[in-house]
Amino acid sequence: MELLVFAIFAGLALASALTVVLHRDPVKSTLSLVVTLFSTGVLFVLLGAPFVGVLQVLVYTGAIVVLFLFVVMLLNLQREARRSEPGGSFQKVAAGAGALAFAAFAGIAVWRTSADAEAAELTEAFVGLRGFSEELFERFLLPFEIIGLLLLVAVIAAYVVARRPEPERRLPTPLEKATGEARIDPVGEEAP
Amino acid sequence: MTPQTVASLANLGAFLGILLTVVPLMVWFERRGGALMQDRPGPNRLGPFGLLQPLADVFKFIFKEDVLPKEADRALYLMAPVLAVLPAFSTFVVIPLGPTIEWGGEELRMMVAPVETGVLLLLALASLGVYSLVIAGYASNNKYSLLGSIRASAQMISYELALTLAVVAVLLPVESFRLDLVVEAQIAGIWNIVPQALGFLVFLVAAFAETNRLPFDLPEAESELVAGYHTEYSAMRFASFFMAEYASMTVLSALGATLYFGGWHLPGVDLAALGIWGVVLGAGVLVAKIAVFLFLFVWVRWSFPRFRYDQLMAIGWKGLLPLAILNLLWVAGASLAGWL
Amino acid sequence: MSVPVAWYLVLAAAMFAVGTAGALTRRNGITIFLSIELMLNSANLTLVAYSRLLEDRTGQIVVLFVLAVAAAEAAVGLALFIALYRHRRTIDLDRVNLLRW
Repeated sequence: MELLVFAIFAGLALASALTVVLHRDPVKSTLSLVVTLFSTGVLFVLLGAPFVGVLQVLVYTGAIVVLFLFVVMLLNLQREARRSEPGGSFQKVAAGAGALAFAAFAGIAVWRTSADAEAAELTEAFVGLRGFSEELFERFLLPFEIIGLLLLVAVIAAYVVARRPEPERRLPTPLEKATGEARIDPVGEEAP
Repeated sequence: MTPQTVASLANLGAFLGILLTVVPLMVWFERRGGALMQDRPGPNRLGPFGLLQPLADVFKFIFKEDVLPKEADRALYLMAPVLAVLPAFSTFVVIPLGPTIEWGGEELRMMVAPVETGVLLLLALASLGVYSLVIAGYASNNKYSLLGSIRASAQMISYELALTLAVVAVLLPVESFRLDLVVEAQIAGIWNIVPQALGFLVFLVAAFAETNRLPFDLPEAESELVAGYHTEYSAMRFASFFMAEYASMTVLSALGATLYFGGWHLPGVDLAALGIWGVVLGAGVLVAKIAVFLFLFVWVRWSFPRFRYDQLMAIGWKGLLPLAILNLLWVAGASLAGWL
Repeated sequence: MSVPVAWYLVLAAAMFAVGTAGALTRRNGITIFLSIELMLNSANLTLVAYSRLLEDRTGQIVVLFVLAVAAAEAAVGLALFIALYRHRRTIDLDRVNLLRW
């Protein structure tokens, strides 16, 4: 039973991972990432980490990828044109690097865990909420608080970087510099 | 086939039965009840009190022409209604229909998925509901749809935060995510509406926003954006969106009843001692509470004007979120002091 | 028969390789970002797999932190993309090369 669930969701994860990387349309890539992350969440539950799995779905697919999707839709990103020859050899290098990474990590994994080693049975103490939260809030309390601070900083940073610069303080764009005109406003963003 | 599996399957059947009955009833009540509130007759030609109206609606939906916009992204366009229905019809799996009963020496929990992650699973599945909105608007290749879908999804993720914080406040004294433990805690003490009235207010408002119901239905308002993100959808696909909306209303009502009003608990009656009949009675009580919530949904819809989008976002972030945090602080303090 | 933990590790290695190839090959900034998220995800899977093998919950908790950091990074990265788009009307990273040698 566990084997069946693993086979389905591992296959799904790998197939959607390939779609993320290979598909031309950024919207489809993003949605494939959703499938990958959801499948990985299921695999987490299989590995005796139900809270991490559910949190992965809640946070990662439910919020972060939605953010990606917003940006893709708002910027109306066009499909990437099919790559013509310049960069062909670079693709081979990239694929080669990927294969090397895979071989290295997979090899280490198999060597260190002796390919058919089965882990001990999952106990209630390991999987249960009490143990998880005790460890999180007792041993890892400081990192937990620091992560909260990090998220606050990230929110502030994202707001500052992404807001519309006030007209007076906006740096001249390359077009304005090239033509010598000040304040070219093709989209009508600045109020009259 | 363990006894718990049988119980889970029975609960699945029961809950699906409830959902599939409630949806047409809501269609009828929305129009008939709304008419009553507005002092007009409403649908009254089909069957007594217009009760066969949903049947007529179903016929209409089945036979209407199925339109596919020409420049629309075909795969995404077809996927969006399915993506709407999936989360709506899977979130009920952690809601208990009745008391935990003893059977053959083991405890049977009356949920489809008696897992320890409980409400967290519900919230995770509900958060996937945003994708249908986003994809529907984008795939329709229509400015108004895209605008509507961006507004709707921004609204949903904003109010999800307040909803989650309200739920967390309820879970704090219980020290578990399991909803059957939440109900048992309320039986042992008092219904959570009393100590956490503020939390309930936050939950209610967030639930209205999550389901895109008035006064938060700007994304699908007819006078504002044609029909928002489902403008380009007709016939059965449109019906799917509506089914999903009513189903998620029902599940959120069930959640609200379970978290704040004791779920299947009937005050004064010890349902756990009645065995299987306790479960049936408990399910009936829960359905009655859901009905009250749904009446409230319809009542509010026909009574209030809708919020403008910037008002809506301001309420979510600047109003509800601080209130939810306040409620959480109050509950945390009360738990530490031993009152809860 | 339960699944050997090594299989999860091999899957994670494969996803990491796919993500690496994607991050190195694509021109579209968002797709590169998605590939990076894929790599982070494969690292998470490895962490949880080892946590299972070693009966130590530390791996799971670190995954929580990685999740939070990924969220922060996504927020800031996407804000950067928005600012970039506003300035240059493109996210094709092959064209954003003012600092290249």
